[in-house]
Amino acid sequence: MQNPLMAHVPEIKRPVIIGNTALLSFGTFVFVLLVLLAACSPAPVVITLKVFAASSLQDVFTKMATAFEAANPGVKVAINFAGSQQLVQQLAQSASADVFASANPAQMTAAIKAGRVVSGTAKDFARNRLVVVMPKDNPGKLQTLQDLGKPGLKLVLATKEVPVGQYSMDYLTKTLNEAGFGTAYRDAVLKNVVSYEESARAVLSKVSLGEADAGIIYLTDIASDLKDKVISIEIPDALNTVAVYPIAPIKDAEQPDHAAKFLEFVLSKAGQKMLSDYGFATVTP
Amino acid sequence: MNNRKPAAGGLWRLLSVPLLVFFLLPLVALVARASPESIAANLVSMPVRQAIGLSFSTTMASIAIVFVFGIPVAWLLKSPRTRLERLTDTLVDLPTVLPPSVAGIALLLAFGRRGLLGPGLHAMGVDVAFTTLAVVLAQTFVSAPFFIKSAAIAFAGIDIDLVQAAELDGAGAWQIFRHITMPLAWAGLVSGLVMSWARALGEFGATILFAGNLPGVTQTMPLAIYIGFEANLDIAVTLSVILMALSFTALLLAKALLNRSR
Repeated sequence: MQNPLMAHVPEIKRPVIIGNTALLSFGTFVFVLLVLLAACSPAPVVITLKVFAASSLQDVFTKMATAFEAANPGVKVAINFAGSQQLVQQLAQSASADVFASANPAQMTAAIKAGRVVSGTAKDFARNRLVVVMPKDNPGKLQTLQDLGKPGLKLVLATKEVPVGQYSMDYLTKTLNEAGFGTAYRDAVLKNVVSYEESARAVLSKVSLGEADAGIIYLTDIASDLKDKVISIEIPDALNTVAVYPIAPIKDAEQPDHAAKFLEFVLSKAGQKMLSDYGFATVTP
Repeated sequence: MNNRKPAAGGLWRLLSVPLLVFFLLPLVALVARASPESIAANLVSMPVRQAIGLSFSTTMASIAIVFVFGIPVAWLLKSPRTRLERLTDTLVDLPTVLPPSVAGIALLLAFGRRGLLGPGLHAMGVDVAFTTLAVVLAQTFVSAPFFIKSAAIAFAGIDIDLVQAAELDGAGAWQIFRHITMPLAWAGLVSGLVMSWARALGEFGATILFAGNLPGVTQTMPLAIYIGFEANLDIAVTLSVILMALSFTALLLAKALLNRSR
């Protein structure tokens, strides 16, 4: 019988396998599909603790996760690092999470407003401060904070949508009433900004690559492995903003017990020691 | 036996549903989230207009560069025969498979102040990083392959007899290019250009790494969407819808042109 689907194939040497090639390839397709589905079947049960943490916590939380996993066999800590705002947006869109560590109280409040954190459950666990950072060979020849206003300087800040960017703006606002700075200084500094980066880390990358003459980041950012590529100028307390980091369990956490344990660990002596190793000021009274 | 064909076709159609729904759902969600009022209000806001304007001007510059410098490359690659030509062909494919962030870092290391060409450019008074030029270079880098590939196929499809006939009639190389090659390859060139433009319009990773983010200078629509996501979801959604509408129109246009030429 002439197979209608094979009608276009020349009569000579037609391979006789199964009647219908379309159905054959269809069968193959279904088989592959089943194999793929089988490959997706659940792995051995391991509890995953989902931690949403501000970008600036990347190094220290990665280390904490390892320590926490070692102390709690069977628990895997998966950390989602991003700007605090972005994390809150994700939480507001019902992203599944167990713990939220924010780089500022404002975003913790936003998470409470979004209904993902219960008011009063957040605890401050670390403090951070701003610092001006330059490439090691200092191409902009910066000596003082006033030099940030030098004409032609390439300055990179974080965008004000992320906490470190807002703190950088706060620094400029605070200089308005400070002797030796003032409005002209602020305007000159803003004129020197060539980019508003998405995070302190992105600022640091541009500076350590030598593409920018200076940037403003967290003190803890230069405690990371780029320490030998950059130098810094301190910002005095009066002009600096002390960033407070709150941490809280997520209201509808899938792993509430482990979330509580993780919080406990971050606030413990060992956890606080790790934070101070990475340049954070701790909260222990 | 005749009823098998439509049955199998129906099954294929059924099996194609999951992925198509998966494509469609996020887009529908995006449009559903954006209220017309918010789009109207955001369209007149300064940051949004700046981002749209910058995206428009930079992508126009990029596709102009892609067109002028892409045509010779496409001509070269219309039928890659030698090993070197095939190698070049693969090189042209590379930007489409590289993650844009890799492209951004590579561009920074090549054209940045401390990059390969940086010191030389700096001596000539040109600093590329953090400028609008960097945006254009990033877009050109990631989008050029789409045009080159499409143009090469269009050139390869030209009947050699026509060219030889024109030569026989005494047409010069430029005349042949102008009156035979270009008109015959036109649809392929335009559709390639539209694809390149759409890719340039969506370019994000290479831009934010190489050009940075400064409203009015380097903040194109995708960057404004990303930064907006951290602060103002309304602006981000509005820009996303506009970007999606533009890309969709561009692709439809490209396909229509291609179909007409067939």
